[in-house]
Amino acid sequence: MEVLVASAIAVLTAAGTYLILRLRAFPVILGMTMLTYGVNLFLFATGRLTVHAPPILIKGVEVYTDPLPQALVLTAIVISFGMTAVVVMIALGAFIEHGDDRIDIVDAADDTNTEINR
Amino acid sequence: MNHWIIAPVILPALLAPILAFVMRHDIVLARAFSAVGTVAMACIALGLALLAADGQTHVYQLGNWPGPFGIVLVLDRLSALMLLLTSVLALVVLIYAIGSGWDRRGRHFHALFHFQLMGVCGAFLTGDAFNLFVFFEVLLIASYGLMIHGGGAMRLRAGLQYVVMNLAGSALFLFALGTIYAVTGTLNIADLARIAREMPLEDAALLRVAAMLLMIVFAIKAALFPMQFWLPGAYSEAPAPVAALFAIMTKVGAYAILRFFTIIFGPDVASTGSMAADWLMPGALITLAIGAVGVLGARGLSRMLAFSVLASMGTLMIAIALFTPQAAAAAMYYMIHSTFAAAVLFLIGDQITRRRGQVGDALRVAPDISQSGLLACLFFAAAIAMAGMPPLSGFLGKLLVLDAARDAPDMVLIWAAILISSLVLVVGFARAGSVLFWKPAGLAALQGRPDRTPDRVPDPDPARWAFAAIFGALFVLAMLTVFAGPAMTYLDATAAQLFDPSGYVSAVLGRGLEGATQ
Repeated sequence: MEVLVASAIAVLTAAGTYLILRLRAFPVILGMTMLTYGVNLFLFATGRLTVHAPPILIKGVEVYTDPLPQALVLTAIVISFGMTAVVVMIALGAFIEHGDDRIDIVDAADDTNTEINR
Repeated sequence: MNHWIIAPVILPALLAPILAFVMRHDIVLARAFSAVGTVAMACIALGLALLAADGQTHVYQLGNWPGPFGIVLVLDRLSALMLLLTSVLALVVLIYAIGSGWDRRGRHFHALFHFQLMGVCGAFLTGDAFNLFVFFEVLLIASYGLMIHGGGAMRLRAGLQYVVMNLAGSALFLFALGTIYAVTGTLNIADLARIAREMPLEDAALLRVAAMLLMIVFAIKAALFPMQFWLPGAYSEAPAPVAALFAIMTKVGAYAILRFFTIIFGPDVASTGSMAADWLMPGALITLAIGAVGVLGARGLSRMLAFSVLASMGTLMIAIALFTPQAAAAAMYYMIHSTFAAAVLFLIGDQITRRRGQVGDALRVAPDISQSGLLACLFFAAAIAMAGMPPLSGFLGKLLVLDAARDAPDMVLIWAAILISSLVLVVGFARAGSVLFWKPAGLAALQGRPDRTPDRVPDPDPARWAFAAIFGALFVLAMLTVFAGPAMTYLDATAAQLFDPSGYVSAVLGRGLEGATQ
């Protein structure tokens, strides 16, 4: 299971990082989402991987899982969900105002190159 | 337990939703409540500063859960100082936003403004690393809204870049926190300080990784090289009052570095050692150089001001990277100074830009503007403050930083960087000032026109309150200069408190560093 979780985090983070470095808003937002998934899994794994164990005290149970990372992940999920919504709204606004979803800023003087850069 | 400690978070947290839901259609009511709230915030911050001045570390346990288990808010001299700085800056910015009418150009300015204050104050108060992340997100999400306030294609695009940059930073922050939790099993700052000092050197590799990740995250916030690329675009495209308020945002990063790399990963901690200083110092020096060169090369006024903010962050981080109590006190003095200097420059820049009509903030000769004499004087005063010329506090701040660096190993490099960049800043500001104010006057004289030509852009509105805000910020800078002695006494005590983490740890955990080591 360790290999599975570790490689999942690695793949999500790598894909996220790659997509964030793209020029257009849509892949960048997808990349952000993947990166936050990777982070959430990583946070989850910081409490050590324990299966079939309760996070809160129960009489007669010896093995527990760490409850704190679960709380942290929950907070992180809520925040990243909200942030994704915000970034989608801003990206839509920029797309509607500009007519394209490029993420880099081109100076007004260099606008002649815009067509080439596409 | 003093309940006033949480007031700087609670007050804006209650006020902002009321502003958003109840008063969104009534700008007069919203302005009144927003102003009253900000004044109340300043009063609370002043009270807390007086409370913290006794040298004790005051702890507020949320839900009365003690020590490392519950979330704590910690008020020490540094937190109190930052709260006071934030609330006074907020007051200046709010008066300007109301006076210049910026708050009516988009919706929910006041609500976002107070959410932003809530995030900033929470970040300064919290004694828990994950809580710091949450407050970072609060202040960021409010800043996203403020950044694109008023709309416009360029602003939206710059805002998008800013958001993406910070979201990547947040992801990195979570990675850092996860690593720290995996290694130490706690996220409470005081508990972390205890464990970092106990940790055997051979087990500390992951902790060093986490410390480095944290530094990168805070460096993004503080716009330190090589994470400074977002700042010029974001600050120059943001609405002027928001750019002025953002002067505190970079300081949040600086504060976090100062807090984490003295109390948790301080120079006395064997597992991290001088790692922080080794990486911060080159970054700070290069940031300063980039800022100075950017000021010379910028084609627009607000972009030039953004680069001057970058240069001031470089100077500030040089002082922080020295990691001595004397340098930390100098850094805090320079931090107060550069916050107000940057804010007032953006506000003056806005007054200049709006009078130039079509030309906007491009740095080229345009017809003379109304009130150019007054604005030239204000720009001159703010520019000498930012460049670090006498008699204003920028000069004293840089002098303190230079003095603190006197015994540093790379003293020659630091002195050269600060002195040369100051010269470059002076040249850059002088060039901008002559293009904005002298050449138009010369142009008018050459063409034999009377001073008040009809083709001059008409004054949009006298905006008395806007000027009151500008004068207020300059007054703070003047006071900081006049009362530099008492201010430094307070800041020296603050730095001493910061470099002796045992007080912080024993206040939060109820036992000292020594007791824990056994």
